[in-house]
Amino acid sequence: MSVRLRVNPILCDGHGLCAELFPERIALDDWGYPIIDHSPIGSKEESHARRAVDACPTLALALVPASAPRPSASAEGGE
Amino acid sequence: MTTRGEALRHVAVPAPDALPRLLAGVRDDRRPVSLAEHLDREGSPPVGRGGGAHAELIELVCASGLSGRGGGAFPTGQKLRAVAEQGRNPIVLVNGVEGELISSKDHVLLAQVPHLVLDGAAVAAAAIGAREAIVAIGAGLTRGYAAIETAIAEREHRRVDRVSFRLVRAPDRFVAGDETALVNFVDGGPAKPTFTPPRPYERGIRGIATLVQNVETVANLALLARFGPRWFRALGTAKEPGTVLVTLGGAVRRPGVYEIPLGLPLRELVVWAGGPSAPIRAYLIGGYFGTWVAAAEADALALLDSDLRTVGASLGARAIVALAETSCGIVETARVARYLADESAGQCGPCVRGLDAVATALAQLATGKQSQPRLQRWLENVSGRGACRHPDGAAHFIASALHVFADEAAQHAAGSCSGSDGPVLTVARKRRRVE
Repeated sequence: MSVRLRVNPILCDGHGLCAELFPERIALDDWGYPIIDHSPIGSKEESHARRAVDACPTLALALVPASAPRPSASAEGGE
Repeated sequence: MTTRGEALRHVAVPAPDALPRLLAGVRDDRRPVSLAEHLDREGSPPVGRGGGAHAELIELVCASGLSGRGGGAFPTGQKLRAVAEQGRNPIVLVNGVEGELISSKDHVLLAQVPHLVLDGAAVAAAAIGAREAIVAIGAGLTRGYAAIETAIAEREHRRVDRVSFRLVRAPDRFVAGDETALVNFVDGGPAKPTFTPPRPYERGIRGIATLVQNVETVANLALLARFGPRWFRALGTAKEPGTVLVTLGGAVRRPGVYEIPLGLPLRELVVWAGGPSAPIRAYLIGGYFGTWVAAAEADALALLDSDLRTVGASLGARAIVALAETSCGIVETARVARYLADESAGQCGPCVRGLDAVATALAQLATGKQSQPRLQRWLENVSGRGACRHPDGAAHFIASALHVFADEAAQHAAGSCSGSDGPVLTVARKRRRVE
């Protein structure tokens, strides 16, 4: 099953370890918060992704199924 | 359950193309319509005291093509079905926060036709089998709160409903109207958005599946259950049927809340409002998460998401402001940008830091100080990076200003401003008028 990265922006404090461990998919913005590439992660890169996830001090980063909905893109919001 | 047939015995079906629909019962003195007056006009409530979920009501809503009137425009029937499928005893949460400062359409419904709103909440409850309906009203909407409070008492006295109503005063903040924030607040937490999934339709109040619907959406359900989908579809277009309430403000002679058939040309709405009170430079369409559109372009538009999309806009919160030639779009946008940055729930870094930086950069532009070369990148960067759509909406609004008012921005960079009017877009949390 294909996976992708997802950050919980409420938990994230911008420690930035993830971007150091997995720069191929994670960049930092001007304030140190991760900008995540949401495309599916191949099996070759998965161990790097998992290291970044494990290193997050606030448990904000997770690997989810690639098919999982993007949180803020949900059509259910805004009522 | 009272069938639609019984209800129809009491009153004639209004002509399908007659306007207004939602506001038909509004009294000349704008005082709230009483239960007796309401029943006299609209007939018996469309649902009685029978129990269980009513799939036929969901079918009816699906057939009508009604979509959410709060801004998300999600198909209402689909949302009802999603909640009903989650299991027994879900909860209805009517969203009457109206955090959008330049909108007063929900307050008009709450304060003037409260029984239409409660009828609709009862229909929603019957459709999904809910026994509990909570009406959450923004703290600033005092007349609406009082009207609904009285209306609930009237209905309890007459034992009108099977569903039991509870009234909640919600904080008057911009983000409090986000459905996850509202659920969080009703549950005893802060009125701040939560990370999704789960969304409220899966797990809402007390962990129970919760149907969150905007005030105007449920008011539509009250009429839809009485008069049916064919009647509903007689106004609007095939893809976007029905009417919507629009709050029109700014440089028009009679600003206020108008009920329009979807697809009405913007030009026509301005005529309804007595015409422009000054030459118009641009329109803000869709509230503070909306889009600036140059007047020349906007005049040809129909008020319909499919048409507005061609200029990157949407109906959004259905608030429209006409900006006069003598007002500066950069100054107006800069003031709202600071307000939106300050209205961040303060939870997500990119929203807290990003919107603050963007608002500061715009303030510098508005006051003719040096322009910020990173502004465009920041606007792109904040989108999609919060738990809710707050940064996305704010960034979209600001980006549209930089596009539409590009000449004005250049003028500002050179140290001058073409605006001479006082502030148009309000950022003050004052008590809102109900008209």
